[in-house]
Amino acid sequence: MKKLINSPENVVRETLEGMALANPELIRVHYDPTFVYRADSPVRNKVAIISGGGSGHEPMHCGFVGKGMLDAACPGEVFTSPTPDQMLEAAKAVHGGEGVLFIVKNYSGDVMNFEMATELVHAEGIRVTNALIDDDVAVKDSLYTQGRRGVGTTVLAEKICGAAAEKGYSLRRLADLAMRVSSNGRSMGVALSSCTVPARGSPTFKLGEDEIEVGIGIHGEPGRERKPFMPAEKIAELLTLSIIEDPPYKRKTRIWDVDSATWIERDIIDPPFAEGERVLAFVNGMGGTPPAELYIVYRTVAEVCLRKGLKIVRNLIGSYMTSLEMQGCSITLLRMDEELIELWDAPAHTPALRWGV
Amino acid sequence: MITKDLIIRWLRHTASVMEAQRDYLTRLDAAIGDADHGINMDRGFKKVVEKLNSTEGKDIGVILRETGMALISSVGGASGPLYGTFFIKAGMLASGQENLNGEEFSSILKAGVNAVMERGRAQAGDKTMVDALLPAIEELEHALKERVDLVEALKRAVASAEEGVKNTIPMIARKGRASYMGSRSIGHQDPGATSAFLLLKSLYESFTS
Repeated sequence: MKKLINSPENVVRETLEGMALANPELIRVHYDPTFVYRADSPVRNKVAIISGGGSGHEPMHCGFVGKGMLDAACPGEVFTSPTPDQMLEAAKAVHGGEGVLFIVKNYSGDVMNFEMATELVHAEGIRVTNALIDDDVAVKDSLYTQGRRGVGTTVLAEKICGAAAEKGYSLRRLADLAMRVSSNGRSMGVALSSCTVPARGSPTFKLGEDEIEVGIGIHGEPGRERKPFMPAEKIAELLTLSIIEDPPYKRKTRIWDVDSATWIERDIIDPPFAEGERVLAFVNGMGGTPPAELYIVYRTVAEVCLRKGLKIVRNLIGSYMTSLEMQGCSITLLRMDEELIELWDAPAHTPALRWGV
Repeated sequence: MITKDLIIRWLRHTASVMEAQRDYLTRLDAAIGDADHGINMDRGFKKVVEKLNSTEGKDIGVILRETGMALISSVGGASGPLYGTFFIKAGMLASGQENLNGEEFSSILKAGVNAVMERGRAQAGDKTMVDALLPAIEELEHALKERVDLVEALKRAVASAEEGVKNTIPMIARKGRASYMGSRSIGHQDPGATSAFLLLKSLYESFTS
């Protein structure tokens, strides 16, 4: 295994040390429990937005800490959820008097750790709620699964909600916005290679020379279906059409109700895309795919959207939600409206995303 | 009789088992998960052992609760909250106890597995740790009701856990990462059920050594 690391045990720590050294005006890092937080924390009179997840997806989430995006991010071990103590300390460090919103990807580990964290933060007397992102359309049979995974739309939600928090949205309004973004975004990914977790030392799954793994998550787990290798046009068309033609998606989601301070179940239905709608198209690299290839994929995404009557009003192309060195990409389409466009365009100043400043 | 000493020996022995079986559990997890279960359980139980360096004046309830907290803050993933909840709940019901008889012990374990099922929203047959824990604890309760002695009852519970693990092989996963594989999860032994079996086996081994 050849990686630009020192020892596997220190990967997470050394990544954060490097990030902190590179961005002293933007972020600070707290260790044990570990979280990255805005250098100007706590920012008063706005809701604090916190996310987190396994390491190995950089820049998500720690690279998105800063003005206009996250107040704090909690990194777990590689591909492993962070633990409730991290989220609790982060919440105490960054809340500015208007409560805390946890943005959580729908993986059972993340969900459970953030649920426990929500209960702990509430017990501290801090107003808190969580918003679940579950946008991955690859899961066909939700009878047998935990529902859809949270993937590309997470990045978009962090930007949009970050901007909304800066504008002074209340906790309740922000939670609704996050759920709305999740409901209007759909994603699907493909892997051309596996990846190697440093502590493990070998690839997480075997992929033949002529094979691709369709419907991957982001933790190096095998996907939904193995297919023979195809050119970028065919792959991009398969992913984009799966997203655009995905039927309405209904499920029950467990949310923390701020007022009653209990867990409640809410029915959510994601409407399908329709001709004439405006979208943001996000082509994301999984870490090992060169930028040129992402543009080749985007070329087809744009063509398919045009053909299906969807107008791309914004785009994001790059490796923002990676799986270590995995070769592959994911595509996300997010239905846009005036509010979302304005929030997307609002300034952000984080290590990985910066515009308007 | 389950003494405080036995509980401590059980937890220490489990740590060495998790270290020894780390690669095995990780291999199982690579097939249908993200290849970190062995690594996580090893790390978690090392943290548990650290906490066990000071057990003066702590009763079984406190020790189990601290074990749960150590696991929650170090295992991560789905296993952290689940095993953490198991030990915390069991510990809550053993508050103030220095010893537990068979029935008391099996009832705190039962409360623990019920809490796991609620936290993870899993039932028997979902292909999870519940598929080893639940049959084992039910067998323990059943054997004790039949007036079987504790050693023999634990032995039967471990055998039930082992069978539970084997039964996960043909199951389709309905929870966790494996569930995204759909029918491709069939034919693979569940790593969470396996670590749960190892936990119970370690209990039996501690009792009889």
